[in-house]
Amino acid sequence: MRDDTITTTAKNPSLLRRFKDSHLWHSLKKDKVAFASFLVFILFVSVAILAPVLAPFDPYDPSSIDIMDSELPPVWQEDSEAKFLLGTDAQGRDLLSTILYGMRTSLLIGICAVLLQCFLGVVVGLSAGYFGGRIDSFLMRIADIQLSFSTLMVAIVVLAVFQASFGAELYSKLAVFMLILVIGFAEWPQYARTVRASVLAEKHKEYVDAARVMGFTNSRIMLGHILPNTLSPLLVISTVQIANAIISEASLSFLGLGMPVSQPSLGSLISSGFEYIFSGSWWITAIPGLVLVVLVMVINLLGDWLRDVLNPKLYKD
Amino acid sequence: MSFLEVKNLEVSFNLRGKSLKALQNISFDLERGERLGIVGESGAGKSVAAFAILNLISRPGKITAGEVLLDGQDLSKLSPQEMRKIRGNKVSMIFQDPMMTLNPVFTIGTQMIECLKAHRKISKSNAVKIAIQKLKLVQIPSPEMRMNQYPHELSGGMKQRIIIAIALLMDPALIIADEPTTALDVTIQAEIMALLLDLCESNNVALILITHDLGVVSQVTQKTIVMYAGRIIEQGPTNEIINDAQHPYTQGLINALPQQTLPGEKLNQIRGSMPSLQDIPSGCSFNPRCDFVLDICTKQRPEFTQSGGCSVACHMVKAMKDAEKGHSAYE
Amino acid sequence: MIAFLINRLFQAAIVMFVISLLSFSIQDNLGDPLRELIGQSVSEADRMELREELGLNDSFLTQYFRFAGKAIQGDLGTSYFFKEPALEVILKKLPATLELVFGATVLIIVISIPVGVYSAINPSSLFSKVAMGISIIGISVPVFLTAIISIYIFSVELGWLPSFGRGVTEHVFGTWETGFFNVDGLLHLLLPCLSLASIMLPLFIRLIRAEMMEVLQSEYIKFAWAKGLSPRRIWFMHALKNTMLPVITVGGVQIGTMVAYTILTETVFQWPGMGFLFLEAVNRVDTPLIVAYLIVVGAIFVITNTIVDLIYGLVNPTVKLVGEK
Repeated sequence: MRDDTITTTAKNPSLLRRFKDSHLWHSLKKDKVAFASFLVFILFVSVAILAPVLAPFDPYDPSSIDIMDSELPPVWQEDSEAKFLLGTDAQGRDLLSTILYGMRTSLLIGICAVLLQCFLGVVVGLSAGYFGGRIDSFLMRIADIQLSFSTLMVAIVVLAVFQASFGAELYSKLAVFMLILVIGFAEWPQYARTVRASVLAEKHKEYVDAARVMGFTNSRIMLGHILPNTLSPLLVISTVQIANAIISEASLSFLGLGMPVSQPSLGSLISSGFEYIFSGSWWITAIPGLVLVVLVMVINLLGDWLRDVLNPKLYKD
Repeated sequence: MSFLEVKNLEVSFNLRGKSLKALQNISFDLERGERLGIVGESGAGKSVAAFAILNLISRPGKITAGEVLLDGQDLSKLSPQEMRKIRGNKVSMIFQDPMMTLNPVFTIGTQMIECLKAHRKISKSNAVKIAIQKLKLVQIPSPEMRMNQYPHELSGGMKQRIIIAIALLMDPALIIADEPTTALDVTIQAEIMALLLDLCESNNVALILITHDLGVVSQVTQKTIVMYAGRIIEQGPTNEIINDAQHPYTQGLINALPQQTLPGEKLNQIRGSMPSLQDIPSGCSFNPRCDFVLDICTKQRPEFTQSGGCSVACHMVKAMKDAEKGHSAYE
Repeated sequence: MIAFLINRLFQAAIVMFVISLLSFSIQDNLGDPLRELIGQSVSEADRMELREELGLNDSFLTQYFRFAGKAIQGDLGTSYFFKEPALEVILKKLPATLELVFGATVLIIVISIPVGVYSAINPSSLFSKVAMGISIIGISVPVFLTAIISIYIFSVELGWLPSFGRGVTEHVFGTWETGFFNVDGLLHLLLPCLSLASIMLPLFIRLIRAEMMEVLQSEYIKFAWAKGLSPRRIWFMHALKNTMLPVITVGGVQIGTMVAYTILTETVFQWPGMGFLFLEAVNRVDTPLIVAYLIVVGAIFVITNTIVDLIYGLVNPTVKLVGEK
């Protein structure tokens, strides 16, 4: 994200300025909790992006792993080794490096899955709201049915079936894409309903009629005129959804249906450490667990803050 | 001592550490069976005044000064328990929008009986009897059936009649009606107003009628208060205020009535709009909109001047009175 | 009532149809039933004959209808692993899962309503601030992590509570095995139920608080104050009933979600329920068992949603269940 801001400001120097002058930035500075969450989030994202540079070891490289180093505790405990700051896991991998890479995977899956949800939801919501009639009721009925299934349930079933039919070998190669697809496809209805509600509210306003009279195409009216009005609810939903997607990914990985142990996400790290807490090696589970909770919590706190500040009309039943 | 005496009532709202005065210096009297109208544009503080009498100002607002004496008892100093015994009993209230006032998940009967039970020991069958009798009083057809109906099954006019019936349950001495007809169809407005007036007259109930409609005030009330930006700017007998308004704002309100213009002519409007509580102008709060603004109006808040039966807070009126007095003294 | 039921049944039928179609395609594509039945040592010609005999060469639709017909009679095939009818295997594990869900639901109701209501009435009190703080942490901790943490604290470190299994159970109503009627069973239930409840609890506290605060601002609540009603009646009758309407709707969806989360808690606590069995079946590619699980869970979804809709209709007078007019 840091890299992002730099490149975009280089292209468009006024953007950073505009953000700094905005209402959003001012209220962020005033709200201590939100500001702290923002800083932590930026820190996590940058560390995740820079993991290959920052991590002392490469957990994907089997040659750097020595099984003799397994289950070493963090440095502040007895029997630790200085080069493994947070200790090692059951396979002898440096926990700090694994966590950095794991966070990278978790964030990647979370953000991409939400982008997919958002894309699907916006397309469905825009068409349902704009065209109305049969298309609308058909799409919304599908959304209702989709909502009545729990995301986790759908994800577990789909992933379990894929794993059973592809075999664990091939599956582990495709895991990232599968997780993004499954979590992305399971949660679009919320976006669709919100976008549809905004479209219905905007549809009959004069500027839309004006655009139509001027001969703009449907897609141009929807994308250029109606969509910008739905941005703030979308932003609020997306924040919460990223947090949820990260939790879903972790849960699936914990069940052995997500990322394989060789390319761990935070969830599979926690899972791989679970059996060792009974023998006292708490850190293999606890430290990635703590990172996961803090990551999800700052995103949730940012979401709460955004909802208070933007106060959008979210879809409500 | 009057039945109701409101003295220097002040209500403040605390917003982010800043205290905003929604109501200042409100004083008036009301006798038993007397009817008072409070008029003004929306945002003038009429509803706040109504709620303040019943000590129903919700957080972050509260009564910060003054007294509300009902039969000599200061309502603003009562404990919540004691205040509860007054509400719905000696003083009841009618709200603006009947669609929103009744709880959608309870039957009419439940909402009537609970009010009776809150104020006196009464058996259910007796409560039902009284409720039905009150429903008859407000001319509701087949009242027994209505008792088991839910609000969404009734029309707006019917709901407002039921709300009036609820207000009458404990035979109150005072009813506060906050824009009781605004949310209704025009055809039903007059019916409901006539019913309310008739009920107050025949039961000797005092009425505080809050409205922005001077026409209604002239038909129903004996006294009128005109409010602007949280303050009283003119008060007195209704007929004097309607026929011989002194304050430029009151004159503006009267000129804005459709009856004051010929068909096809443009309605007279008061230019500008009511200031928000955050930026009330110094001096007379009406000065930016006033056609007769004097130098002093922007600097000093006007005191009340007697003019006939009315008190008026206006520098221009005071100046004219002083000139008259000076003139007669000179003679 | 009739219109409502028809609408409901129609929706339920669609959902069950989708689930059965899904289940059938899983069964169709996953694993080779012949190999499971007869092993590898049969000649190619015999295989073809058997395929024909078993109807495996029929069209997809014919096969689906045969599957659906059997499914309606309760025949979902035989589990490869247990060599017993799949539906029976699943139903045997159903009580354990339902007790988990029931226990968690009770915990959620008992805790979230008082906490949500109190913090809506006193939004600036210390208690509500602490409750809100804890619930934002609660939302951010995944179920399996809550489960692991509670095992670590209460079983490994303190040794107060058992960390796995159902403990002692008793038979009631003939076949139903329950852990509710003895201390050991209840102790075993405590941690799994708490973990399962932990993800929903903050959600419901926040929801109830938000809805209640909105209701307390409404005109009918102001009118209730003006009628001189007691605060207790206003809060717990007038406001609470209106608050619960949207909460019931959300609750219906969340019960379904909770069934999914039992897979997680049952895995961590090695709870011998359907979810645990399902994951084992996935690892063993025991297709009939996977299909049976999907159908049973689908039925649970449909039934709970219908019940929740009925309750909603009974609580909310603006929904007409009984066609009177």
